[in-house]
Amino acid sequence: MSSPERTWKTIESGPHTYEEALHPVVRKNYGKWKYHEIPKAGVLKHVAESGDVIWTVRAGTPRQDTVDMVRRLCDVADRYSDGYLRFTVRNNVEFLTPNGANVEPMIQELESLGFPVGGTGMCVSSVSHTQGWLHCDIPATDASGVVKSMMDTVYKEFKDMQMPNKVRLSTSCCAINCGGQADIAVVVKHTRPPRINHEHLSTICELPKAVARCPVAAIRPTVIDGKKTLMVDEKKCICCGACFGACPAMEINHPEHSKFAIWVGGKNSNARSKPSTMSLVAHNLPNNPPRWPEVTDVIGRILTAYKEGGRPWERVGEWINRIGWKRFFEETGLKFDENMIDSYRHARTTFNQSAHIRF
Amino acid sequence: MEGANDSASKGACHCGGCGADNNGSFLNPTPMLDQLESGPWPSFVSGFKETAERTKKPMLRGVLDQLEYSYNTRMGYWKGGLVTVDGYGAGIITRYSMIKDKFPEAAEFHTMRIQPAPGLHYNTTMLRELCDIWEKHGSGIITLHGQTGDIMLQGIEQDKVQECFDELNQKGWDLGGAGAGMRTGVSCIGPGRCENACYDNLKLHLVALKHFIGQVHRPEWNYKLKFKFSGCPNDCTNSIMRSDLAVIGTWKDAIQIDREEVKNWIAAQGMDALVNNVITRCPTKAITLNDGEMEISSRDCVRCMHCLNAMPKALSPGREKGIALLMGGKNTLKVGVNMGSLIIPFMKMEDEEDYEAFLEKIEDIIDWWDDAGLDHERIGETIERVGLQQFLEGVGLEYDINQITRPRDNPYFKAKY
Repeated sequence: MSSPERTWKTIESGPHTYEEALHPVVRKNYGKWKYHEIPKAGVLKHVAESGDVIWTVRAGTPRQDTVDMVRRLCDVADRYSDGYLRFTVRNNVEFLTPNGANVEPMIQELESLGFPVGGTGMCVSSVSHTQGWLHCDIPATDASGVVKSMMDTVYKEFKDMQMPNKVRLSTSCCAINCGGQADIAVVVKHTRPPRINHEHLSTICELPKAVARCPVAAIRPTVIDGKKTLMVDEKKCICCGACFGACPAMEINHPEHSKFAIWVGGKNSNARSKPSTMSLVAHNLPNNPPRWPEVTDVIGRILTAYKEGGRPWERVGEWINRIGWKRFFEETGLKFDENMIDSYRHARTTFNQSAHIRF
Repeated sequence: MEGANDSASKGACHCGGCGADNNGSFLNPTPMLDQLESGPWPSFVSGFKETAERTKKPMLRGVLDQLEYSYNTRMGYWKGGLVTVDGYGAGIITRYSMIKDKFPEAAEFHTMRIQPAPGLHYNTTMLRELCDIWEKHGSGIITLHGQTGDIMLQGIEQDKVQECFDELNQKGWDLGGAGAGMRTGVSCIGPGRCENACYDNLKLHLVALKHFIGQVHRPEWNYKLKFKFSGCPNDCTNSIMRSDLAVIGTWKDAIQIDREEVKNWIAAQGMDALVNNVITRCPTKAITLNDGEMEISSRDCVRCMHCLNAMPKALSPGREKGIALLMGGKNTLKVGVNMGSLIIPFMKMEDEEDYEAFLEKIEDIIDWWDDAGLDHERIGETIERVGLQQFLEGVGLEYDINQITRPRDNPYFKAKY
């Protein structure tokens, strides 16, 4: 697709350089920071060994931004933070300024533009999420819409710092879970095996690749109407959707049967307890656009119980480890069911190998 | 938390400007999506509509129409393909509409993955240039940032991709990874602002991704390989779960204690807080009170970060800093979640020589995986399949007791005799 008049010779430069993107006060004190404080929600104050101070104002964004939105953020940065800004891994935008007097006007301006200031300390931060119907080729739902619906309901918890510890959320539009492990995660769970389009399968899929993709060896070659195609042993199939990524003719998505599941207790930080993966606490919730009220209801119940019962510094998973899963289900009103008992590889590691019992 | 149903029902009555008659709007009615314009959190739908009304780009109208259709039918309608730029085999995520007869304006909606600066730092000149080039050639939709760490410029047609890339490339931007190659990296803010940064992760990120740039642009391995660089064990980039190669800052010697600030902390927060929120929360009971003085036993400390997080002014990491390398983090597909596990407990990471030694080790690791791995097998899965000992031996790394939580509990192995 190269055009004959192309004159530019590509420079394989990799990541953009960062030095020119650092505020001069950051550049001066690079690697020589002494401590930080959180004077109020959404504001950080970092002090360097030199005595220099840099203030940060943090605000939430929709992540699915536009050039207009980004230019507005640039206007804020030009006005209040000498033209420097950055983003966090949870899609928040940060403005760094050595001028403490700029903090309040900046907060007011961001709020008036619709960017909520917050996301610091013991809060519910913004959602790490995927693409969904907007752009992905294998999504069972939308991501940005679920995120918008969730963040509308935890807006206050984003803006203040009243939780026992930080709460990280994620959403994912298929079981691959690109949104990642989090304190509370919303992940699609398919409930029916893939529907196979035999008409197209042999022309668009590499059969051995699709067979190899299945984690439970439920896919087998077969011949239908003289065409080589695949079949699924529906008793074995665990509805993971792994085959769909390799072979679009194995349609796993379904408007009714692709459901939502809620997972809790993921933690990547090493602080206190070792990092932990998430556990399933609700599933079979309907895929109900545009507001997914059944999903936001479950998130709300978990957050309410955690806010009430968690002790200072306990993350969601650490809180549950203390009170036990039995009380978690009692206090959230969610229902434990047999599908929450692991039946996959290494399931034994999740069994109670003790006589520690909670009544 | 309250207000879920509230905003849902508010959303049910459509906002002003839209509706069946459309009021002369450039956009077609999208009653489902419009319900995502109410509520306090910033709305991506309002953002898209604003840019569409201003720029009158047909692609934006088509994409909103197709998204509305997805919201109604609860199905997705994009399929992949192969679009790229000269000399590259990755970096453009190709999207064609499966229902272009219905929504011809959304026939093509490709994404350009762009590698941001490590730590996601920008100045407004860089960012405005990016926006201007993107508005000229593409839809104007930008995701900041994708899950692997890219700037995602969403919505461009195939015949505009090369020209757009050339203009971006002249301004210092390059494409990110995709497919079975090295992927774009992620770094936390690191020494740019954080007192806990134990190495210059922004620098190592830049050096490492430049080193493997060929494999970013021309995927040739079994599967993807991701680097993430966290300055300390708080692991703000979630490297342990989200990257094959998790480079986490740590230190070897004692936590530095500012006695005066400890006193100030106790004066402000109280002795109960010190006991309940710091001392009893230490996972290895490394903290004791000695005549009211806080003592930390370095031999018991596992460098978890909790006491430093709780008392940032009083406590700081030790002076002998470096990195730990964990490997094998990945999500569900298809063996289940795999958390990274410790491979190299400590390496100094201070100068060019250290960077070179690190990259040499990574190259050895990748060479091994290239030989031993199966198609579509992440490196953590390969290690799990063949065993940690075989991996260490294959790569020429030393075994270390820190790589395990305890010695084996079964006798099924073949000892040398």
